[in-house]
Amino acid sequence: MAKGFFTDTSICIGCKACEVACKSWNQLPDDGFVFTGNSYDNTGHLGASTWRHVSFVEREAPSGDGISWLLLSDVCKHCRRAACLEACPTGAIVRTGFDSVFIQPDVCNGCGYCVAACPFGVVDRREDDGRAWKCTLCYDRLQDGMEPACAKACPTDSIRFGDLDELQRIARARVEALHAQGVEEARLYGVDQPGTEGLNAFFLLLDEPEVYNLPPDPVAPAKQAAATWASVAAGALCLGALALGAALWGARGGEG
Amino acid sequence: MGSNMAECHPVGFRWVMEAKKRGAKIIHVDPRFTRTSAMASLHVPIRPGSDIAFLGGLIRYVIENERYFAEYVRAFTNAATLIDEGFRDTEDLDGLFQGWNEEEGRYDLSTWQYEGVVGVVPAAGHKELVAEPGAGRSRPAARKAIAAATDPTLQHPRCVFQILRRHFARYTPEMVESICGTPQALFLQVAEALCENSGRERTSAFCYSVGWTQHSVGVQYIRAAAILQLLLGNVGRPGGGILALRGHASIQGSTDIPTLYDLLPGYLPMPHADHARTLDEYVRNNQSGSGWWSEFPKYVVSLLKAWYGDAATKENDFGFAWLPRLTGDHSHFVTVTDMAAGRVKGYFVMGQNPVVGSPHGSLQRKGLRSAEWVVVRDLALTETATFWYEGPEFESGELRPEDVRTEVFFFPAAAHTEKAGSFTNTQRLLQWREAAVAPPGDARSELWFVYHLGRLLKGLYADSNDPRDEGFRALTWSYSTEGPHDEPRAEEVLAEINGWRVADRSPVGSFRELRADGSTAAGCWIYSGVYEDGVNRAARRKPAREQSWVAPEWGWAWPANRRLLYNRASADPTGRPWSERKAYVWWDEAQRRWVGYDTPDFLEDRPPDYRPPPDAEGLATIGGDAPFLMQADGKGWLFAPSGLIDGPLPTHYEPQESPIRNPLYGQQCNPARQVFRRRDNPYHRAFADPRYPCVLTTFRLTEHHTAGGMSRWLSWLAELQPQLFCEVSPELAREAGLRNGGWATVRTARGAIDCRVLVTRRIPALRVGGRAIHQVALPYHWGWVGRVRGDATNDLLSFVADPNVHIMEAKALTCSIEPGRSRDRRRAATTRLAPPLHDAAPASRDLPGVGQRVSQPSQEPGEGVPHG
Repeated sequence: MAKGFFTDTSICIGCKACEVACKSWNQLPDDGFVFTGNSYDNTGHLGASTWRHVSFVEREAPSGDGISWLLLSDVCKHCRRAACLEACPTGAIVRTGFDSVFIQPDVCNGCGYCVAACPFGVVDRREDDGRAWKCTLCYDRLQDGMEPACAKACPTDSIRFGDLDELQRIARARVEALHAQGVEEARLYGVDQPGTEGLNAFFLLLDEPEVYNLPPDPVAPAKQAAATWASVAAGALCLGALALGAALWGARGGEG
Repeated sequence: MGSNMAECHPVGFRWVMEAKKRGAKIIHVDPRFTRTSAMASLHVPIRPGSDIAFLGGLIRYVIENERYFAEYVRAFTNAATLIDEGFRDTEDLDGLFQGWNEEEGRYDLSTWQYEGVVGVVPAAGHKELVAEPGAGRSRPAARKAIAAATDPTLQHPRCVFQILRRHFARYTPEMVESICGTPQALFLQVAEALCENSGRERTSAFCYSVGWTQHSVGVQYIRAAAILQLLLGNVGRPGGGILALRGHASIQGSTDIPTLYDLLPGYLPMPHADHARTLDEYVRNNQSGSGWWSEFPKYVVSLLKAWYGDAATKENDFGFAWLPRLTGDHSHFVTVTDMAAGRVKGYFVMGQNPVVGSPHGSLQRKGLRSAEWVVVRDLALTETATFWYEGPEFESGELRPEDVRTEVFFFPAAAHTEKAGSFTNTQRLLQWREAAVAPPGDARSELWFVYHLGRLLKGLYADSNDPRDEGFRALTWSYSTEGPHDEPRAEEVLAEINGWRVADRSPVGSFRELRADGSTAAGCWIYSGVYEDGVNRAARRKPAREQSWVAPEWGWAWPANRRLLYNRASADPTGRPWSERKAYVWWDEAQRRWVGYDTPDFLEDRPPDYRPPPDAEGLATIGGDAPFLMQADGKGWLFAPSGLIDGPLPTHYEPQESPIRNPLYGQQCNPARQVFRRRDNPYHRAFADPRYPCVLTTFRLTEHHTAGGMSRWLSWLAELQPQLFCEVSPELAREAGLRNGGWATVRTARGAIDCRVLVTRRIPALRVGGRAIHQVALPYHWGWVGRVRGDATNDLLSFVADPNVHIMEAKALTCSIEPGRSRDRRRAATTRLAPPLHDAAPASRDLPGVGQRVSQPSQEPGEGVPHG
């Protein structure tokens, strides 16, 4: 049964309990103590030691009436077509029985292909051991029948964990309810996404994905492979034709 | 209002989000746009320290547009009651109520009374009469039902309703805008939303926390909300109320079983040396003839029986003479200044970090340096434990550790997961927790520490024949212990708090079973019932889906497991619910009882049509239509004839330090506020001090816990907010030359601190009195020990307090800000800092007292403790 996260940003209060619970359960180190001056975000982005990250977007309210503060708890999307998994040459990255994407630390050789492949910038290498790390969807907790630490800690149930079908049903109903309340800008991100074939960790957003620093149209690189090879083939064909033309022209010149 | 609930109470806020999901409208009135505002339907900016003007504006809107819940107001409040002929309002006396005594700096309350009635006992008891200077001199005389004159048509010029109308008549939307800086249109939007969502079918709630209380007129903020909610019929009904969000787990518990100097458990007043020589005198001064406080003697005697056991007999006044006595004001600030003057020898600091967390840190440290010994119990070495060798005074070279003579004892404390006990939360709900793990090393629980300290001390006094040691020797102190460290069993303490029948030590089921003859004992009468039948009801964990929506079997709420206080008001005077939608408890004529979803907060068999006969006494004085049974007249008090020492009605006063002159009255500040005129506690000029042009407000972040003792040591929390910063608007940043991410110095007469700069539009510049007023907002979580370090914001504050409860003014003061780090570590308590004022302060009633003495403090530090 596919499991996943539904992160509803409309009820996220930006408390960062998910970040702390994640680090506590997974015993991740801190990222250093740096005041960024970027709203209340002092951990910056997802990385080798930050597997949940809350971003804070201060901006003009779309209505032009005052300001708004968008809060989003970001996480590995556990893509249905996972670029990192496809890029991994050692087989360290696997799909689990929960349909999540898991990096086996004992197999990872630190080549970093997955880091470049991920269209969301989720995967990161740890500086000390060079291996790649990211959210495991709390694989260890799931095996014991517990929900992931971040969802467990979320005080407003903004992060929901469960069966993907059920989560998608809840999410669609939530969008409808918000639309009925006049929140027209509510939308789902990652449920139907051709480039990744859908995300197991998907989001309810209150603006365009770019506003949250999410790619509007992410694509797993390998998905473009066919098109790429076709272009290469076409190019090769053109080159061949050109070479042939040149040879023929040269031959004729030789005659002249 | 006055609360940043999403950030400071994130777990409780889940229910606000739940309500929002179901369509509730959330309005956030706050100087800053916070994470709470981000979740709200509407954010309304307001100048810090002006909430009474805003609430007063709402009260006026409700009255003038006749939007009040007329039947509720007539039946359940004191709107119709006539007030003494001698009473004069702040409208008549330019900001003072009748009875102000300039020499003594306090009010005589005698004209604030109901006509023909003296000394109506308020819900909190008459503590101000016996315990606190600054109180009036009236003596409670009413021993029977209150027979105050009334005008049910609410037209009499001296009835409370008309007094209220006149009092707030000038709090117009225009006035609100000019005082609060809130645009009129936004204010009217709030007023309309509140009125639309109140009445028979709907109710609205206010949530507040220290944004309302931490002012020199803090108690009156809450009073203003109480008046508004009573007018709208939002008290005692589901979905209504005024919810005080407490700052830590079990702060409510430490008020109920108090760490406050002037209270005994269950809100019984601490006896005063001059007014409580005998039990009889104490009871006479505090018992009410009518209403619930007529039961007062039962609770006092039961408490004495719990503390002194068999030694408490009728013959010896149940040991009443052994209780310590108050001789005056021993509140926090007074204790610290007394300590600085060498009058307090020893000091226990448990679960607190006053050097960082309390106002005017340098004066706090000065106090500690003057004590002979200090005991600190905490998870780690806090700034309070290291005050004798670390801090700004040592950095600046003004002090050397070898000059400090205080002996400091540090005891490592167990964390909440390492000890059993109960938390009492905001909703008065007791929830039991078990120890999950044993505390490491020498760390022990507070219960362990206090029990064994008491045991050892009792051993030392065992052979004493000195009469003054009698009480200590008589004190019951026998709890059984368990485990390798002899940890006392917390449940035994709970059983004692609950109370028992002395004869067989069987637990009482309710405070109704307590007696004044010494046959019962109870450590805190309002908690009686939590251990009914010997079952720890605080430990109940029945899931919501297995019980009614009120969930009475999750934990236990005082009193009597009531989840909603004064819930008799959810039914109309005849006992029927005001509406089906808002039904909660009601009179069942067939059963002749009050029934409903919750424990009725009323005498369960008192019919709605019961009217007390003229000669009724005690509980017989409570009419069937009088829901507010803790009050002597059973009414909700729009006008408070007693119980408050700074006025029967809330009035807008400016904070001690304000950018503007009070636009409403000649009286600038709360005249009865508690000020400390000392050279080491300099104040700014009362308004428009050119040295300190900005408004300063302090706040908390989700990522840290108050003074940081629990969060600055933890890297996972510390990395989320690693440094002290100030929030400033882009306009202020431009004017002052501040750069986002750069450094700034924030300065008051008490000292200067360095912080990083966060430029954000979330903190707007407000237009007040025709000019822009800039705000600087500072969290106060940092200090100079721990994983992340920074200056202590509270070093900027002064000692100035509300006169009723002595709470500090931390949310509204003035400051200056400049770019860059100054590294100025001088503090007013160790150096003379305040630069002189060259121009004379303008004449206004309050100003000679404030303005002149600011630049020339009248006293050397430690020369007595003057009162406001």
